Amino acid sequence: MSEETLQRENKLEGVGASRKRKEDARFIRGQGSYVDDIKLPGMLFGAIVRSPYAHARIKSIDKSKALKVPGVVAVLTADDLKPVNLHWMPTLGSDVQAVLADKKVWFQLQEVAFVLATDRYTAADGAEAVEVDYEELPAVVDPRKALAADAPVIREDIADKDNVGHGPRTHPNHIFTWEAGDKAGTDAVFASAAVTVREEILNPRVHPCPLETCGCVASFDKVRGQLTVYMTSQAPHLVRTVVAMLSGIPESKIRIVGGDIGGGFGNKVPVYPGYVAAIVASIVTGVPVKWIESRIDNISTTGFARDYHGIGELAADSNGRIKALRFSALADHGAFNAHVSATKLPAGLFSICTGSYDIPKAYCRVDAVYTNKAPGGVAYRCSLRVTEAVYLIERMIDVLAQKVGVDKAEIRRRNFVKPEQFPYTTALGWTLDSGNYHVALDKVLKAVDYDGLRAEQAAKRASGQLMGIGISTFTEIVGAGPTKVCDILGIGLFDSCDIRVNPTGSAIARLGTMSQGQGHATTYAQIIATELGLPSEEIQIEEGDTDKAPYGAGTWGSRSTPVGGAAAARAARKIKDKAKKIAAHLLEVGERDLEWDVDRFRVKGNPAAAKTMKEIAMAAHTSNLPDGMEKGLDATEYYDPPNMTFPFGAYVCVVDIDKYTGETKVRRFYALDDCGTRINPMIIEGQIHGGLTEAFAVAMGQAVPFDDNGNHLGNSLMDYFLPTSVETPKWETDFTVTPSPHHPIGAKGVAESPHVGGIPCFTNAVVDAFAHLGVTHMDMPHTSFRVWQHCKSLGVNKR
Amino acid sequence: MAKKQAVSFKLNGKDVDVVVEPRELLIHTLREKLQHTGPHIGCETSHCGACTVDLNAMSVKSCTVLTVQCEGACVLTIEGFAQSGELHALQESFHLDHALQCGYCTPGMITRAYRLLKENPNPTEEEIRYWMAGNLCRCTGYQNIVKAVQSAARKLSSAAAA
Repeated sequence: MSEETLQRENKLEGVGASRKRKEDARFIRGQGSYVDDIKLPGMLFGAIVRSPYAHARIKSIDKSKALKVPGVVAVLTADDLKPVNLHWMPTLGSDVQAVLADKKVWFQLQEVAFVLATDRYTAADGAEAVEVDYEELPAVVDPRKALAADAPVIREDIADKDNVGHGPRTHPNHIFTWEAGDKAGTDAVFASAAVTVREEILNPRVHPCPLETCGCVASFDKVRGQLTVYMTSQAPHLVRTVVAMLSGIPESKIRIVGGDIGGGFGNKVPVYPGYVAAIVASIVTGVPVKWIESRIDNISTTGFARDYHGIGELAADSNGRIKALRFSALADHGAFNAHVSATKLPAGLFSICTGSYDIPKAYCRVDAVYTNKAPGGVAYRCSLRVTEAVYLIERMIDVLAQKVGVDKAEIRRRNFVKPEQFPYTTALGWTLDSGNYHVALDKVLKAVDYDGLRAEQAAKRASGQLMGIGISTFTEIVGAGPTKVCDILGIGLFDSCDIRVNPTGSAIARLGTMSQGQGHATTYAQIIATELGLPSEEIQIEEGDTDKAPYGAGTWGSRSTPVGGAAAARAARKIKDKAKKIAAHLLEVGERDLEWDVDRFRVKGNPAAAKTMKEIAMAAHTSNLPDGMEKGLDATEYYDPPNMTFPFGAYVCVVDIDKYTGETKVRRFYALDDCGTRINPMIIEGQIHGGLTEAFAVAMGQAVPFDDNGNHLGNSLMDYFLPTSVETPKWETDFTVTPSPHHPIGAKGVAESPHVGGIPCFTNAVVDAFAHLGVTHMDMPHTSFRVWQHCKSLGVNKR
Repeated sequence: MAKKQAVSFKLNGKDVDVVVEPRELLIHTLREKLQHTGPHIGCETSHCGACTVDLNAMSVKSCTVLTVQCEGACVLTIEGFAQSGELHALQESFHLDHALQCGYCTPGMITRAYRLLKENPNPTEEEIRYWMAGNLCRCTGYQNIVKAVQSAARKLSSAAAA
């Protein structure tokens, strides 16, 4: 490429450039527009009265004292919502959920009444003054006790239903059974295998805990019959559809506005009772109503994740070559099946659990149960159940390595799907489109001097010190997804992009996704810049306002780049096709005589004869166009991906454990990610830092604990672990590039890989520190106290 | 409801007067009465630091300060950082070093880092991590925040030396 061409290309700041973010200008000045910043004339504030019990009958609700508090306008209960049929709402899991408790409460801090007042202090006073008389019932907290014959029935409202959307139920507290794979074939392999290993695989209940909690401002215009809801939603278009279905308001008269979102991580995908209560309140009062969740309410009631209690098994030959995988789990979905998943995939994408390995046979079974805990859950910085799947396989392969006495890196090499096997169809039916696992692992092992680390570890062990080396060589599944497999409420999980090029060659693009910090306004512009040869600086990106953006399923499950990014590239290509016709017309040559050159079409063999995209944009708005061609230069793409994408990575974590305090110090964490084509390396690195930090949080400290009565034992930031700058390790990042063959620009998505791949890496490192003592299992979170208890039970810290 | 009280203080160099209930928290006064929505609410328990403001040359979490405590005080919020259109070195370095993603913690982070650099113009990485530990970020993993504070420190010291 000539110097001049390179200069033109650099000027575009397209794909591959570490372009600085367009979003920052407002945030560094304190000018972001988050939902709680919105103030509308006459706006009321809503506060929720919540249940102190995990399971109780409501004998009575007395609003009278609350209504006497000056400034309290109304108190809504299920009985008030009943006439408009909004006291219950459908969930994303084919169940129903009480918007406000209907005669019963099913979990602690459940929404019981909604108090409307002139400001947030008065609303809180009003909520305090609502008197609710409860009759406490025995609670089911441990999912392993939910299916006992004498377990209390949690959901009497559906006790007579033998199916809640996903097949037969076997117990009043049972939701569904999901199975995948070949059970008989897998059992047969296990029966004759040289080696088998079995381990408990627990992913405790955690919470994504974005720094901004959930909230909305609902504003119903009675005169026009229009509802506008400003809200913290990762999926505004799906929310609009849900609100239309719920309220009966025509979807065309509902506008959901995303604004800036202070982090989502899965928490902001579902529709929560607070939103519905605020919407109803605005419809009833005719004035705007704001509802903002407190942190305690956030951790306690909206969007928990995981709570997945499994048993993993591997069958292998004596060399550690895996022959089969078997898994069973109990999934605790809380009091209502509000689990976020594609309709046909009640256990999400768990079946990616064969990971990066060539495993001939596999079988999984998951039973979902009700408990007296908050409903959900959501995928916390991962695609649906992918963290659980990757945790299973990355833990089990370590357990197998210890059993057969093979090094933990070597056993992965022996089992990897080989480059020549792609596209590779797994035993559970996914077709991995690309991968290059050996290269990634070898690069990381070399970078950290793996052999040197193992030698150091051996020496440390000899002197009684605890040092662990964790490896994770994961494969993710993201980019939901092909509409034949993935839908929510019947709506396929495609995504969209609408690009309009202005006469002077700037452009605006609107997409169905929704940034929550990912930097879409920066990166989507880069994709379009490269495709169209227009500077990214002059390409505006808009998302989140359903009146403006085309329909799409939003941003979650790392789907923005795989689906939204693909839509952007393809919409741009439609524009480019038209531009080529215009260029041929203007240059008076045939289209076949033209070639693309960074930002222009030029005549082959005569590069001076060229039309830049900017010139073409102007021409598209004049009369000088080919016969019969419409004016303008715009295009819309609704993109239905042919397959998921499969980012992968190889991580190594080195920990030193103080056996006297149980403190685990992460000495080194080296993360190599392959997300295919890299759009903006700066943003990718930032995403990996953040994802690894969330993985660190989950592995080392996060859990939402309960007592036997379903009382929360830690639901504020006093107890719930969010790592600070002090305990967060330093991250080293690296990459390989294996483009996705089916994605228009070869990109795969990246934000979730470090979370998904990082969690087992930490656990593997901690367990590895004790591996020489025969330890194969330690449950997350690896807090100092728990690790110390472990040291104590092993007797390693006797002085 | 208790009797409201008049409170006067300096906000980003300008005199402001408000009438508040004694129980009203500074963060609510700033955000709802004074339209300064830069400081955010993340936890209401003084753990996350999203509401950090500089009060009489100290970093405070404005979700646990009563407005009535601010009589006569000098309050600096993120809105007061840029001077005549010029960004503060910290604002610039947060942008250049990619020290923010969703932006929710950013105003508090920058305000806290400002106080750090006032008291310790050349902090080590360890000192930065220790000083910033009262401000949580869920997106960045802090690495680039540390980098941004270091860049700003360099920039401010070279400006001071010049």
